Amino acid sequence: MKVAITSTGNTLESTLDQRFGRCSFFVIYDTDNQSVAYIPNPNKEISEGAGPASVQILAENGVHKIVSGDFGLKVKPLLDSLKIQMIVVKDVQKKVSEIIQSLSH
Amino acid sequence: MKIAVAGGKGGTGKTLVATNIFYVLMEEGQQVELIDCDAEEPNDTLFFKGEIMHHNDVLLKVPEIDTSLCVFCGKCKEYCNYNAILMIGFSNYIKVIEELCHGCGACTAACSYGAIREIDRLIGEVNQYRISQHALLTEARMRVGVYSPVNTVKAALKLNPEPYMQIIDAPPGTSCPFIHSVVHADYVILVTEPTPFGLSDLKQTVETLKGMNKRYGVIINRVDVPNNEMTDYLKKENIPLLAEIPFDRRIAEVYAKGGLCAQQILAYKHQFKNIVHFINQEICK
Ligand code: SF4
Ligand code: SF4
Repeated sequence: MKVAITSTGNTLESTLDQRFGRCSFFVIYDTDNQSVAYIPNPNKEISEGAGPASVQILAENGVHKIVSGDFGLKVKPLLDSLKIQMIVVKDVQKKVSEIIQSLSH
Repeated sequence: MKIAVAGGKGGTGKTLVATNIFYVLMEEGQQVELIDCDAEEPNDTLFFKGEIMHHNDVLLKVPEIDTSLCVFCGKCKEYCNYNAILMIGFSNYIKVIEELCHGCGACTAACSYGAIREIDRLIGEVNQYRISQHALLTEARMRVGVYSPVNTVKAALKLNPEPYMQIIDAPPGTSCPFIHSVVHADYVILVTEPTPFGLSDLKQTVETLKGMNKRYGVIINRVDVPNNEMTDYLKKENIPLLAEIPFDRRIAEVYAKGGLCAQQILAYKHQFKNIVHFINQEICK
């Protein structure tokens, strides 16, 4: 299963980006084969609709779970209707590697 | 004559100024209309009672997708500049996100399968009240969750076809809704506060108005001790200081009760009359 983590950078040592729609990178972690891919977020700077546009990218990539800090009101019902699970982590210090670790347990 | 009253990011006393200027003009017997364009949180009606004259619904044509006809080709999504269509082809999922839709019609034109029809979405309303024989109050009120108040604001601005003098209570910020509210104004009153935050906010609004080639002047509200930084800035930029409204508890008290200080406190009546007089002269220059 693919899990997306919103990240401030494109390494495992980068920290979680609290903003879902405007995060810097999406880290896509595949729990089946432990592979990691980084997608730069093209919607980072757009003025409106960054949330739904980011949902689009992740859904197209077959993501079933998303870890982020804050999803926003527009995004929640969309993710619900797509049956994508949201995991909220409020710790800004959390590294991507730590989140991946906790997902594998 | 159209005068817009703007208050930067908000909370500076824009409503106080707009309602009191409207009041002194009304009292002079002028044909005047106050238009509350702060459509996200209109509140000018708290200060005046009147009989409702008009009610308009503001509608936007938004697409509705018939999933039994849709082949998930993605063309509509590609044509949408506002990310308002979400489509996941492999799960046969397509959805219009109404909050983001600008009603431009591009998606309907793009679909070759007849899967899209346009439906009316209620995005706001405009209500107009008669306050006195010659005075009207028009209120733009947008619905919660609408992408932008612009259409509602526009509808309010053009509701009254008669050549009334207009006082426009502009929305906060300097983006589209603000621009639409001040674009036809002959004069813009900028209401600010003597704080560093007020000053930086003021500068931003001034820059926007410069680009629009507008005449404008500043009212500093809640003046406690003189703020030289702000007056220096106004001098340097050659912006007229229309008035300094003192930090006066009576103003806050009258305001909190939905009253008008130009009606209840003589000194302020004079102050607002002077402002109107000054602007009149400026416009005729
Ligand atoms: S009407 Fe325009 S903004 Fe609305 S969904 Fe269609 S293309 Fe996008
Ligand atoms: S253009 Fe028409 S057929 Fe193609 S995805 Fe959009 S609604 Fe469906």
